[in-house]
Amino acid sequence: MNRNLIIGLILSTLAILAALLSFIWTPFDHVAMNIPAKLQTPNLTHWFGTDHFGRDIFSMIMVGARTSIAVAFVAVGIGMGLGIPLGLWAAARKGSYVDELIMRANDLIFAFPSLVIAILITAIFGAGAVNAIIAIGIFNIPVFARVVRGAAMPIWEREFILAARVAGKNAARISVEHILPNVLNLLIVQATIQFSLGILAEAALSYVGLGAQPPTPSWGRMLADAQTLVSIAPHLALIPGFAIIITVMGLNLMGDGLRDYLNPRTRVART
Amino acid sequence: MSLLNITNLSLSINGTKILQDVSLSINTGEIVAVTGESGSGKSLTALATMGLLPEGSQTTGTITFEDQNLLTTSEADLCRIRGKYIGMVFQEPMTALNPVQTVGAQVAETILIHGAMSKSDAIAHATDVLTRVGLPQDRYPLSRYPHELSGGQRQRVVIAMAIALRPKLLIADEPTTALDVTTQAQILDLLKDLAHDYDMGLLMITHDLAVVANMADKIVVMRLGEVVEQGETKSLLTNMQHDYTKMLFAASGHQVNLPDFRASDVLLNVKNVVRDYTTPRKTVFGSKGVFRALNGISFDIKRGERLGLVGESGCGKSTLTRAIMGLEGVQGGEITLDGAPVFTGRKPNLAVRRKMQVVFQDPFGSFNPRQKVVRLITEPFHLLETPPTHEERQRLINQTLTAVGLDPSDADKYIHQFSGGQRQRIAIARALIIQPDLIVFDEAVSALDVSVRAQILDLLADLSAKYNLTYLFISHDLNVVRTITDRVLVMQHGEIVEQGETEQVFTAPNHPYTQELIAAAPVLPDLQQMKG
Amino acid sequence: MIRYTLKRFLSLCISLAVASLLIFFVIEIAPGDPASFMLGINAQPDTVAALRAELGLDVPKFERYLAWAQGMLTGDFGMSYTYRTPVSQMVADRLWVSLPLALFALALSTLIALPAGIYAAARRGKTGDVAVMSATQLGVAIPNFWFAMMLVLIFAIKLRWFAGGGFAGWNKGLGAVIWSLTLPAISLALPQAAILARVMRSALLDVMNEDFMRTARAKGLTTTQTLWKHGLRNALIPVLTIIGLQFSFLLAGGIIIEQVFYLPGLGRLVFQAISARDLIVVESVVMLLVFAVIVVNFAVDLAYAAVDPRLRART
Repeated sequence: MNRNLIIGLILSTLAILAALLSFIWTPFDHVAMNIPAKLQTPNLTHWFGTDHFGRDIFSMIMVGARTSIAVAFVAVGIGMGLGIPLGLWAAARKGSYVDELIMRANDLIFAFPSLVIAILITAIFGAGAVNAIIAIGIFNIPVFARVVRGAAMPIWEREFILAARVAGKNAARISVEHILPNVLNLLIVQATIQFSLGILAEAALSYVGLGAQPPTPSWGRMLADAQTLVSIAPHLALIPGFAIIITVMGLNLMGDGLRDYLNPRTRVART
Repeated sequence: MSLLNITNLSLSINGTKILQDVSLSINTGEIVAVTGESGSGKSLTALATMGLLPEGSQTTGTITFEDQNLLTTSEADLCRIRGKYIGMVFQEPMTALNPVQTVGAQVAETILIHGAMSKSDAIAHATDVLTRVGLPQDRYPLSRYPHELSGGQRQRVVIAMAIALRPKLLIADEPTTALDVTTQAQILDLLKDLAHDYDMGLLMITHDLAVVANMADKIVVMRLGEVVEQGETKSLLTNMQHDYTKMLFAASGHQVNLPDFRASDVLLNVKNVVRDYTTPRKTVFGSKGVFRALNGISFDIKRGERLGLVGESGCGKSTLTRAIMGLEGVQGGEITLDGAPVFTGRKPNLAVRRKMQVVFQDPFGSFNPRQKVVRLITEPFHLLETPPTHEERQRLINQTLTAVGLDPSDADKYIHQFSGGQRQRIAIARALIIQPDLIVFDEAVSALDVSVRAQILDLLADLSAKYNLTYLFISHDLNVVRTITDRVLVMQHGEIVEQGETEQVFTAPNHPYTQELIAAAPVLPDLQQMKG
Repeated sequence: MIRYTLKRFLSLCISLAVASLLIFFVIEIAPGDPASFMLGINAQPDTVAALRAELGLDVPKFERYLAWAQGMLTGDFGMSYTYRTPVSQMVADRLWVSLPLALFALALSTLIALPAGIYAAARRGKTGDVAVMSATQLGVAIPNFWFAMMLVLIFAIKLRWFAGGGFAGWNKGLGAVIWSLTLPAISLALPQAAILARVMRSALLDVMNEDFMRTARAKGLTTTQTLWKHGLRNALIPVLTIIGLQFSFLLAGGIIIEQVFYLPGLGRLVFQAISARDLIVVESVVMLLVFAVIVVNFAVDLAYAAVDPRLRART
């Protein structure tokens, strides 16, 4: 275990725990308005203060964590679920039309950054958390496909793959038995990174109103609401911002830490 | 007074002891060879002399170069010495050159960095130096990039960079290990001539005793970071004191006792095989080119026969292996095993496949690092209609591991727990476990140290006696092929130029290419003759 | 080299064609007819039909696609449904805000990131490296629009050095434009610079392990000389890839930053168009963004070949 991994694990666990806890307990009802108590700075009753409707920010942050994490998690799932098989397939048929087709399709999706996809989807189906998930998820597919293909191709050149072919195994079986276990480390690292990017993307989409719709709280929309009030109540912008930064940094540190931890070369060098 | 004097050099890297009291010296114009197996510390001795040790290195002792202790010289002064007074040539010519710079610029850089000449003079001088190492300007212009040159040509460029300023000492770290045997002979001659012409001291690092014996004035034998023996070449070889030196010499020329081959029926038949690869278009609208990797290859392997296949890189050996294993189709001719074709399109014919297995070169790359040995060696069971189960399976695993000289308990270990030689034993176990009719050894001992190589060759001879193996042994190493095969094929440019009884071909080669190969292969000197 | 360029150019054309098809038909399946949306729910069917004809919506889809694509090629993006002005004019006005912003941010990001990455690589494991790496760790975690809000809070509201938002307009001169784009560009650039610096550092560290770096040292080059003369150019390929990708992120990210600073760029246009169901404008803006990304990737491919002679030779 290295320092990055430990700090990363602590920070991301914090965010995940907050999200899980919010299902059974929050200090206040996160949608309950209390106009007389509006715009309080952090105090003993409202730990993170209240917003312009007097809602408890601590509770909103906890429930917002749920939205952020759920959107990013499902989006990463979509990316992995489709991207990994495509990447394995492309690597197994390297240089063939299948490979060419998959990679060109990937390039094409890369030309639509997730925000542009979100705009398109919103233009058609309207805004919402589900559409945000799809927009971020679609963009994750080529990321995983590329990573898997890039990592799988040198493995296909290794002699143990030839040995497996000599043992009569077909490409699909070799991909599952030999290729996938050897690219798994890389995928875990990439998944944590995409997870953190997903949280950033969800925040951005909610900020411009393309993400989760009211009354579902989300960190991005809390920031959008804070924008006009930032000069009189900076904590409205600071607290959701810190929540995003801490979660994203935690995931990134965990990714870096995992990369070092799972890489046998650096692990040996450390001991 | 020696040119270079290393006294009691000890080195540790991050606390691990690497070198222990290494002492050696080189005089002007002298060729000193440092030899030993992997882990002997020979390369790090060279890097210590260059002042290019990895981070975390700690040294004691002295390395005196012309009255100056290099170990206490400042980095800035070392930069002035490197390239100007001490040049170095590395093992891997394919990666030793900057891929995005022309060779001319890279040779001229040595001259310019030391401010020896003006830019135009430096380029003119670079041209001269490249001509001297055998790359004349009219055929190999300075504007070439490294990827446009072959391995041997790249090594000449590296040598040109090292000798551009006529250093007093040239260090060559395994300069020919990555090269073909005929190229190796040329590069060795070049180095020898340069040392003589420029009156340079030459420090050769090599694992190959035959190379050492033929060109060095002095030999230093190293083992596990220590010098075990050193002396003038002739007196050292004729009067070896240390057991390790004796073992090394014996292993290098190791002969095995191959059981006699009794004539039998044909197992594998290769008839007029042609294999073409398409190459990319050269011009925008040009047609795709065709590269013929195999051109009308025909030969047989009889049951119980040990056939050798020799040839240099790019001759088509690997293509032939893939074709025989039925991994790729061919454009002409046919390959049959027991009368059945080995290649059956996309769906492999398991009935044929299970009669063949292969052992590869790289003991580190030929196993999935995430599987245990038991899973690795039982992979060929996939080929069987009814794979053995339970006790039968366990019995086969134990029996096979024992047969290759390992312990049945090794089955539960991962591959990284084994040495290179042990891994090659595991590879052989994987090939043996389904008792195939034919085994292809694809450069199977080429990556091993000589002592380990000798053991694996002995194992093959034993197994041949025990199981009446039939194999195709593919190698670039003529000495190994000579001892381990009954019959040999010589391949060049996708064709078999000569074939015959191994001993016959080696003693009286007919084809000029075979003659060239045999002449170029370094051989160990006959000690009796040396003494006499 | 010619072959390589032609091949890349062909793939650029195919990408553009496929992208335009995709955008057009994805938008076409959108529920809601622009004509009835514009006229409101109480409109008479024949008025709607008349408007549909006027907008050209009664022509079969594929023909409309061809007309649209053909128009795009000649710079005619059609008429906005709501504003009844040429889309090309609307887009061009906004582009004069969004494009300078993206380029400004790209320049800032590159100018900060490359030196920082090189510095960190050269001082690997030392304090300088740790400091740069920690800063980038923070940088990649900060959402750019939040960073933008903080910049506004500090530099516009508290210190009053900059305006809190709005665009000076090109008629006020280049200086005023740059001044009004400075905070937006910084907020876009810093998070991207953090990523780029990390890529630069790791690319250089990878190259440092290459054999030819040791060869260069054996010639007598110092570590610094080796890094500059041999390391940098070889490390540039992954860096170029990321710079290319970042341009598209900066263009798209600009859409969000424009919201923070109330800049009249493509972002504002596209959000207005979405809420007004002015689909032709959405189509055009998305197509323009995609076009920019594809063209930049083409330029990056050409840059690879300029850096790496092996690519020039292979194809």
